[in-house]
Amino acid sequence: MKVELTPIDAPSIKSRPVYAPLEPRPGKLHVIVADDAGADAVNDMLTKATNRSEILAGAHVMYCPGPTGTDGTAKLEALGAAQFFRAPTIPALLPRLVRVLLDAHMGTQFYLAGSESLIGQAEREIMNTGFPFASIQKEQRGSTLRRVQCVHCKGITENVATDPFRCSHCGLSLFVRDHYSRRMAAFQGVNIDAEDPGLVPESVVRFK
Amino acid sequence: MSLDFKFAPDDFGGFFRDETFRETFTYTNSNPRRFPFPFDRDDYMYSVNMEPHVPGRPGTVFEHVFDVDEHYVAEMIDRAKVLAEDPLRCQSLPHMTLAGWDVLELIMEAKARDYPQWFSLTKDGNRWHWVNRPLGIEQSFTFLDESTLPYPPFEYIMRQTQGDWTLQDDREGTLWMDAGIATSQADWSVDFDVGMNFMEWHAPVPLAHEKGVFDRALKFLLKLQHGSPVRRFNWTMTVNPLLDTAPETYPKWGPMKASITPENLGAKQHLRVELQSLYRLPRSNAIAFDIRCYLCSFDQIVTVPKWARRLHRVVRDLPDELATYKGFIRNRPAMVEWLAKHDDGTPTSPGWWPDD
Repeated sequence: MKVELTPIDAPSIKSRPVYAPLEPRPGKLHVIVADDAGADAVNDMLTKATNRSEILAGAHVMYCPGPTGTDGTAKLEALGAAQFFRAPTIPALLPRLVRVLLDAHMGTQFYLAGSESLIGQAEREIMNTGFPFASIQKEQRGSTLRRVQCVHCKGITENVATDPFRCSHCGLSLFVRDHYSRRMAAFQGVNIDAEDPGLVPESVVRFK
Repeated sequence: MSLDFKFAPDDFGGFFRDETFRETFTYTNSNPRRFPFPFDRDDYMYSVNMEPHVPGRPGTVFEHVFDVDEHYVAEMIDRAKVLAEDPLRCQSLPHMTLAGWDVLELIMEAKARDYPQWFSLTKDGNRWHWVNRPLGIEQSFTFLDESTLPYPPFEYIMRQTQGDWTLQDDREGTLWMDAGIATSQADWSVDFDVGMNFMEWHAPVPLAHEKGVFDRALKFLLKLQHGSPVRRFNWTMTVNPLLDTAPETYPKWGPMKASITPENLGAKQHLRVELQSLYRLPRSNAIAFDIRCYLCSFDQIVTVPKWARRLHRVVRDLPDELATYKGFIRNRPAMVEWLAKHDDGTPTSPGWWPDD
C-alpha cells in the first residue's frame, strides 16, 4: 500500500456513493433526512414537484445543522411538512429515524441530503431494515468533511478535514484512502508511515 | 465446542510440511516447479482472463478442483492464529447462511472425491459424517442444521480450507460480497468490504475500470452456471513468506518491506500468486469466490530458466501505477537489478509452463 492522494476534484472513484439531485417521486410516506446545506436540496426538490402538497402531507422531515454550523432549520420548518424534527447532531437524529423505519411500509420514498456522513449513516439504517437500494435518493450538499474508519483499530473519526490525520482512537497517522463502505458509512484510513515509521508528510486540508 | 487440530509432522509419510508463515518464516516449496507461475508472456496488463476451471495436468495445482498441497496443515494452523487474534476476519451477513452450507457441501464433496486418503464424507439423508485426517477432525452433523456444528457452516469449512473466500449474493443486477474470510489476503479488508457490491470493492484498483475490465467481468460472472466453475490468476509481491498481509496489521508487516538488500533479496522477496476460482452455488444462487495464495521466493523461481527471464521482463516493464498499487514500487529497482542477472535476453516460449 502506497500513499496516493487523490485530488478532491478528481473523477469520482467507483466505491464513492453516486449522488444526483433529489427528484420528487410518488409515494404515501416521504422520509426526508437532511443536515447542513441539504436543506436547500430538499427545497429544490419540492420546487420541482408537481405533487408538492401531496409530498408534504406525507412527509416526515428530520434535520440537524452541519458540521461547520450551517443551519437550515428555519427553511425546512416553514415547509409545513406533516412532521418536522430538528436534532442537534447526527447521533441525536438517528434513533428517531430508526423508530420511523419500524412503521414504514414498502413503497416509502427516502430522500437523504447534506453531508456524506449524514447520508451514509441514514442509508445504513434504512438498508438494515431491508428497504431496496432503489428507494433511497441521495444528494450531497455542503460540507465535504469525511467520516473515516481506521482500518487498524476500527475506530471512526468524524469530520476529517486533513490528509493525513491522526486517528482519534489509536493515534496512528492515517491517510484517507478513496475507498468507501456503506456498511460502515465511512471512508478507509490507512497508516501512512507503516513502512518508514516517523516519516509523516505534512497534512493538507482536502475536505471542508 | 471448538475445532482442535491433531497434527503430527510425521503423519502421512511427512507429506505435510511443518513450517511457519510468521516470525521464523520456515515456509518453502519442496518442488518449485509445482508453483503456478502466472505469466504466459513477457509483459503484463490487467485482463478478465477467465477460463473454465477444469481438472488439468496431474502433479500440478490444476489436477483437482481444490488443490490440497504440502502447505495445507501449516496454512490452517496459521489461519486459526489469525482468527484468534482478530475474529473480524471472518464475517457472514445473516442472509448468507444457506450459501455457507452450499460451499461447505461443494468443498467436502470435492475433497472426499479427489483425496480419499485424507478426507471422507458419508451421508445418510441429512445426517452427514465428515472426516479430515490431516487435521484430525471427525464430525457428525445434520446438513442445514447450524446447531450441529461447532461454528457456523461457512466458518467451519473455511477453518479447513486453504485460500481466502468470499460469498457473493446475486441481486439487483450485481454481486454483493456479503460473506468473506481473509487470513492470507493481499491487502484488502473483509471487515471494510463486506456488504459492498462488485464495483465498490474493486474501486481502489487503478487502470482496470477505465479499460472496462470490471464491467465485462461482472457481465460474465452474472451468467456463471452451477457446475461450470471458472478461474483466473492475479499476483503481487510479498517480502518474506507472509500469508497474512492484511491492512489491519500493516503497521506490523509494513516495515519488512524496508528490509530488502541485494544480498537477501533472493530469499526474502516472494512472488505471490492468487489462483482465483468461482463457483455458482446451487441452493442460494450465490457465487463462491476462492482466492488461493501461492508463494515462491525469487531464489526458487530462477531455478526455472524461462521463469527467471520472464519475471525480470514483467517486473521491469510494469506501469508505475500497477507497481504502486501492488505495493512494491519501493523495491522494484532492487528486484529488477537482481533479476537482470538471471535474464540472458533469450526469447521465451509462449505459455506459463517450464520448457523442459
